[in-house]
Amino acid sequence: MKIHEYQAKELFRKYKVPVPEGGVATDTAGIIETAEKLGLPVAVKAQIHAGGRGKGGGVKVARTKDEVAAAADAILGMTLITKQTGPEGRLVKTVLIEKGVNIKKELYLSIIPDRETASITIVTSQDGGMDIEEVAEKHPERIIKVAINPLTGIQGFHLREVMFGLELDSALMKPFSIILRGLYSLFVDYDCSMLEINPLIITEEDEIIALDAKIDIDSNAMFRHADVKEMHDPNEDDPTEAEAAKYNLNYINLDGTVGNMVNGAGLAMATMDIIKQAGAEPANFLDVGGSADAEMVENGFRIILSDPKVKGILVNIFGGILRCDVLAKGVVQAAAKVQLNVPVVVRMEGTNVEEGRKILADSGMSLINATDLADAARKIAENVA
Amino acid sequence: MSIFVNSSTRVLVQGITGREGQFHTRQCIEYGTKIVAGVTPGKGGTSMDDIPVYNTVKEARLATDANASMILVPPPFAADAILEATDAGMEVIVCITEGIPVMDMLRIKNYLSQKKTRLIGPNCPGIITPGECKIGIMPGAIHKPGGPVGVVSRSGTLTYEVVHQLTQVGLGQTTCIGIGGDPVNGTGFLDCLKAFNDDPATESVVMVGEIGGSAEEDASAWIADNMNKPVVGFIAGLTAPPGRRMGHAGAIVSGGKGTAAAKIEAMEAGGIHVCKDLGTLGKLCKEVF
Repeated sequence: MKIHEYQAKELFRKYKVPVPEGGVATDTAGIIETAEKLGLPVAVKAQIHAGGRGKGGGVKVARTKDEVAAAADAILGMTLITKQTGPEGRLVKTVLIEKGVNIKKELYLSIIPDRETASITIVTSQDGGMDIEEVAEKHPERIIKVAINPLTGIQGFHLREVMFGLELDSALMKPFSIILRGLYSLFVDYDCSMLEINPLIITEEDEIIALDAKIDIDSNAMFRHADVKEMHDPNEDDPTEAEAAKYNLNYINLDGTVGNMVNGAGLAMATMDIIKQAGAEPANFLDVGGSADAEMVENGFRIILSDPKVKGILVNIFGGILRCDVLAKGVVQAAAKVQLNVPVVVRMEGTNVEEGRKILADSGMSLINATDLADAARKIAENVA
Repeated sequence: MSIFVNSSTRVLVQGITGREGQFHTRQCIEYGTKIVAGVTPGKGGTSMDDIPVYNTVKEARLATDANASMILVPPPFAADAILEATDAGMEVIVCITEGIPVMDMLRIKNYLSQKKTRLIGPNCPGIITPGECKIGIMPGAIHKPGGPVGVVSRSGTLTYEVVHQLTQVGLGQTTCIGIGGDPVNGTGFLDCLKAFNDDPATESVVMVGEIGGSAEEDASAWIADNMNKPVVGFIAGLTAPPGRRMGHAGAIVSGGKGTAAAKIEAMEAGGIHVCKDLGTLGKLCKEVF
């Protein structure tokens, strides 16, 4: 689960990681008031869950009261489009106003879990403030990676590897160590799946400050982070995906015309692939899970059909624990309740498949039966062509 | 022959009295698995069907000589359950639970690296040596005993699809392992491939991967240099959009890494016969093996 920059900075404060003085506002009056309290100049920053806000016009520096008002008008209510939001962009409802700082040097710092080595890895560079993927590509030698065993945690030598690697002035090493230890503790305590500061700055006054803050928290760990749960911003959710999540359905909206409903994530991905190979495009990813019942199937149909792009639906179920006869009953029930106004191809295999096929055949519904995967893909592609 | 589990494996179930625990324990027994004990803290001294239930894994092992554990407990308790089974000396732990925090798995993975215990999963369907032992939630009936194919996969139902196609074309299986869809897991592709390579009964291997991470790439490099049996591979997620988690916590293309295209390329470079169309996997295996 992603949280906003201002929320991440609250966590930073809790762990004694310096951030600029600032406040949050949701209207122009509030923005001006906060700016006056902080003293000019200020930075006005759109709060959305996406990177590249500066380039998209979502971050402005204001030196006068008029500039603050202009920035507030420009950013509040704008649809901010960045390379991470997609073309539809994101509506800005909240802004963070921060006191200006005198930047001497910009660093990059992130912490991530590394799945291949099962370590917690610090990634840092002297080339902060820019796109780090670009730095990694053009100057890989300027990226420092330090892997930490989570059983023993962060040690002095890890700190030294980072700080000598960054060629820090010796006077900065003590405060930097405290900050790095704080960030590591925050990362572990809060089950972060990503923590990124770009830039981490050194000011003209030789202070180290996190100018930006990005945190993503492992959604599987929410059972032990009630405070993080409260940080969830429903504005950032895709409405259909949020609706699906309510019914324990794993749904991701895509651009194609073939809706599909599958049990199991791997099989769902493979089903999307097979739709594409047959010459059509998947409209979604939808995993109903291993223990789906009639109600889940019905909700699945409803969610797929709420996408106006959908011209046909492919149901692909491999019955294991979820038996085909149970699924077939679910499909029949769902079809009776939901207006199925597009062709539906059903491919079932596995436990009780014969009973399942019979239920579908006897239902009098105009479902298109597929004998195997290849047949299913061909039939759905023909039907939406 | 088989790998990791066989007819003499003695299994205990952690979480045996829960709804899922009861259901899947019965399914395993019906398949012929030797389930010798259950563990539910606070329910020691009772029984589930005829299976004695204990408060701790250590107690259960001392009383029944169990050497493998199947874990079906909710995610907040799963890390604890895995560590308990490890310290009680289980040789094989199969953790079915989906939704364990990555931080827990990072610690467990490092702890297990100093132990002899083999963890399969989490977030997996389990392991089955057809006709001998099923520790997991897969439908037993689709499998065909006697080999000669070994199956290793990151997925659940996709594995069933693959196994079903193998059985349909007359190819039986030695052992089928679901290593799980999480970013950090116990047993990986490499462990399974090495074991299949050393198992005299396994003549060929099907490897089913998906987007995310680089386990398939690493395995392909190992296969190129070491594997002396033919391998058919499949990768799910060619059409998955970058930056989105596709159901499995580990199935995500991030920063341009972990794409299906890159994995397929690595597999082909490693001499793996890559199946591009899932509908024809069984047929391809029949041709290659």
